[in-house]
Parts: sequence; structure tokens; C-alpha cells
Amino acid sequence: MYLIALKMLMGDRSKYFGIVMGITFATLIMTQQPSIFVGLMSRTYSFITDSGLADIWVMDPRVQFVDDIKPMQDTELYRVRSVSGVEWAVPMYKGLLKARLANGNFQTCNVIGLDDASLVGGPANMLQGKLDDLRRADGIIVDQDGANGKLAKKPTAPGGKAIPLKVGDILELNDKRAVVVGIAKTSPTFQSQPVLYTTYSRAVNFAPSERKLLSFILVKAGAGENISRLTQRITERTGLAAYSRDEFEDVTMNYFMKNTGIPINFGVAVLLGFIVGAAIAGQTFFNFTLENIKQFGVLKAMGVSNGMLLRMILLQAAVVGGIGYGLGVGATAWFGAAMSGSVLAFRMTWQLLIFSGVGVMLICCIAALISIRTVFKLEPAVVFK
Amino acid sequence: MVEQRQLAVRCRNIAKHYGTGDARVQALNDVELDVYAGELMMLVGPSGCGKTTLISIIAGILDQNQGNCLIYGKDFLSMKSAEKLAYRAKNIGFVFQAYNLLPTLTIAENAAVPLIINGTPRKQAVEQAGEMLEKVGLGGRQKSLPAQLSGGQQQRVAIVRSLIHGPRLIVCDEPTSALDHETGHKVMELMKAIALDRNRALIIVTHDARIFEFADRIARMDDGHIARVVTSHADL
Repeated sequence: MYLIALKMLMGDRSKYFGIVMGITFATLIMTQQPSIFVGLMSRTYSFITDSGLADIWVMDPRVQFVDDIKPMQDTELYRVRSVSGVEWAVPMYKGLLKARLANGNFQTCNVIGLDDASLVGGPANMLQGKLDDLRRADGIIVDQDGANGKLAKKPTAPGGKAIPLKVGDILELNDKRAVVVGIAKTSPTFQSQPVLYTTYSRAVNFAPSERKLLSFILVKAGAGENISRLTQRITERTGLAAYSRDEFEDVTMNYFMKNTGIPINFGVAVLLGFIVGAAIAGQTFFNFTLENIKQFGVLKAMGVSNGMLLRMILLQAAVVGGIGYGLGVGATAWFGAAMSGSVLAFRMTWQLLIFSGVGVMLICCIAALISIRTVFKLEPAVVFK
Repeated sequence: MVEQRQLAVRCRNIAKHYGTGDARVQALNDVELDVYAGELMMLVGPSGCGKTTLISIIAGILDQNQGNCLIYGKDFLSMKSAEKLAYRAKNIGFVFQAYNLLPTLTIAENAAVPLIINGTPRKQAVEQAGEMLEKVGLGGRQKSLPAQLSGGQQQRVAIVRSLIHGPRLIVCDEPTSALDHETGHKVMELMKAIALDRNRALIIVTHDARIFEFADRIARMDDGHIARVVTSHADL
């Protein structure tokens, strides 16, 4: 009987493709939009992820997210180092500074000052130069996107290509000379500004003069030390906020979730995808059932139970759901692959696949239930009409 | 020694109405009918006289409001839903005016459906259907779809489908009305030849006077009841 159900489904090609396409479209929307959303959200904390070595981030308690800088006094670094269980603690500067380009234009950049001795928190993937080159006079490392984009030099001829910033080029940061000593590949950030790495001492030199300039303290826990207890201890002893890397990522992401309209905008798009998908798939599936109602009647008259008809319709719904879901996820993955390297944020996680899978399952159940109700109410005597 | 004929259908005091109040329509009223195994009974009469309602009740796909209808001694009304389905699947065959073949199945698969419903494995059922289709002259067309066949050929498939599981009662609704005279005649000859045997009864609802000659008895219905039962259409 199940094979009969499948043949009934696939025999009417136009209806079959209509239902599958409806579900494919719904899956595409329900996977692609959240993937962009997750991609965008992961950019909010990509700087934390990239600064890999530290276990704990220490900061002013009023800090709400990674770009919300509330500078601390340099002496806080020594207080943190004094907490038992801390293997090492290094300073980090993070701030927005204006870079003056060769053509005289200004570009706001995200300047990261790394501990002079260890360079902890520096970019892991160097495309040109080495991280150690930061020790050269006035050295800065520029992220690839910045070097190729906002910091690139104007083309020599009108209509020509912009010339990417390269090792040896010179910028001015707050009227101070900075020499590009390396180009690094980093994760794109939420604010999309060029990222410049330099040493902590040079960064505070670039920055406008202020009493407090220390943005974060990066801490490595001692071997076998419980991270959660150590963060608690740091907070108790210093009065500063201390988060593990994962916690700080969550804090940052939650800030954007709660304080921006991004989740609602994407949520509306996902909901629309679900409703449109459910409407298209549900309506087409229902029409398919209506057009086959006499055939269901014949089967009922010949002795097929409502239970078997229910299973047949569920199988039909599951098949179109499975195929539509596969095509939709495939199309989303293709979209993600095609857009890789562009400015579009895209991150398709397994949780999203479950999310859209549950959505498709709901659509199929709704479509099947509407049809099942009609078939259950059908009098087998309809076959003689 | 006279052989005792087995009663296939015994209807007593059957009444059926549709709707309520002003919209109430009395479709059947005090219907009494016996049909014996080995007999081809035709139900004839004007449109709206209750023929289709009566065979729907006899076939167990519609419940009467009053009276009882026994099929080989079994009363559909006293059966539970699952029991009724199983009894119908095993004992009743259907032939419809519009054939009602599933358009996306091959004719062998269509003919095999009652066997599959009764639990025969699909492959075996289709093989069995193929053998029976050969007997009705459709051996080479087993993999054709219904739409690729003529009306007469589709009706032959429907006849095979109604017989394949060895039911004891076959109900046919206007089996020849969509066919030309010659094809209709052939279909009736085929039916009489392969469908009718001493353990099976055929009830045919028809308007088609051209096939009355095939009936053993003809029951004429009028205004919801059996007006008369005759053995020759000349007596109608």
C-alpha cells in the first residue's frame, strides 16, 4: 500500500513538483535567513574567538560587550596577576582611532594593542610578514579585508582597481607614523572596520592621551585550575568583571540580541518563510488529495482502513518533506559557498538544520492533517457517484 | 435431488433516507430482495429510484436506517468497523461505471490492489494479476497505464480487479454505460464467463437495456422500493 501511496504522489508530476518546491522554498528561507543571522551574530564576538590563548577576559564591570570599552587603570593588571591561580595576565588595548591614508583621507580603525613581551591575542593567520615584526619600529599589522578594502590606495588611473595596502606602506594614526609590517587574515567583525594590531605600548601612544587606557586583561589559568572558580576569585579580589572566553562571547551576543532589532527582523523573515512555505505546500498537498479523493474513496470501498490511509498520506507528506528539505538545505549550502569571501555573514550550523527540519516537519504535518481530515470524512459510497 | 441454492444477499425491510427536516429525501423504503450465489441479478429502474443506494448498502459502504441486510448470513450493521472493512475486503468486488482505476499505477498493479489490501505480498499479487489479465486478453499490456487503454480494456481491468481476490459477491454500477454496444456486449460475456460461478453472486445496476439478456433475474425498482422481480426482460 505504501508503494501505491508513492505512485499516487509521484504520478502527478506537476503537483508533486509544486509541493516539493513549496517545501524547498520554505526550507531555503528558514535555513538561509537564520544562517545569515547566526553569521552576523558570530561576528559580534569574532574578535574574542580570534584572540585564542587566554582563558579569561577581565574588564570594567560596566562593560556590556566586546566593543563597549570602559578603560581601567594600568594598576589593575598587577592586582589581577596577584590573584592565586593566575598563571599569567597581559594587558590589551582596544579602541577606535582614525588612520590618515596616503591620499589624505581618514578611516576609523579598530586598533588592538597586544602585550609587548608575549604578543598574546595577536592574529593567528599571517598572510604577509610575521607577528614578531610588530617589534620593529612603528610596526602595525593590518587585517586583509581592511588592507584590500577601506585602507586600500586609490587606483593610479581613473576606473582602475584600488591598490591594496602592503608591507612597507605607511599610515598616520593620531598624527603618529605607523608602518605596515604584516597582513593578517582575521574573522570579519560586526562593525566591519579595518583592524590594526600593534604592541600595547605603541597603541597607548597612538591613542589620545587619557588617564585610563587599559581595555582588557587577558588571563591564563594555572594548570588544573577551575576557570569558573578563578573568574569568581578575580571578581571578588579586584571588583572587576571576569568572564571565561565562552561567557564573554555569550555576554556580547546577548547584548546584540537584546538591544538591537536584528533578531526581530530575521525572526520575521523566518516566520514569513514558514507561513508562505506552509501555505504553498499545505494548499498544493490539499489540492492533490482533493483531486485524488475518488481514488481514496475506491480504496476505502475496497477495504482500506482509515489508519492505513493515514499512514499513506503521512508517507506522502514525509517524502515530499524529505526531498524538499534536502533541496532547500542544499540550495542554502550552495548559497553560502557562493557567498564565501563576500561581505555577507553566513554560518550554517547543525542546530539550524534541526531548526529548519522541525519547521519542515510542522509544515508537512499541517499539510497532511488538512488532507487526512478530508479523507477520514469521505464516505466510501462516493465511488458510485 | 434438487440442489439447495445458497442465499448470497438477503435484504428485509430496508429503508434509507438522506438529510433531515424539509431536506429529507427517502431513498429506499421497505426493500425486500434475495440474491442467490451463482446468480446474476440486475437492478433496473429510473434515475433516483434508489438503485445505487441499495447496492451501496449491500456492499457495506453505506448504512441503512432501518431493516437488515445479510451478506452470506453476515450483517454489516452488527460488525465493528475493522471487522466490516476486513469482510468487505475479502468478500466484495466492485466494478464502476467510470472504472475508477488508479491512473498512476500500471494495469497489473491496479488489478492487484485487492490482493495487496488482503495482505498478499506485492510481487506475488502483481504476478497473479498479470496471469488473470492474460485470460482477458490484456497479457501484453500489463505495464500500460489506464490512460493508454480504451474504455473496454479499462473495464476489463476493472473486472479482473473485482475478481482477483475471489470475492463471493460482485457489485457493478453501470458497467457498460460508458461503452459502445459491441464492447458492452463483450464485457458482459466476459463477466458472465469468468465472474459468475456457483459460489459467487453478481449484482449489476444498469440502465442499459442492451444487456438485460445476460441477467438471471431482473429487479425493477421504482420510488425507493422493488416494484417487481422478473426472470426475463420481456416481462419488465
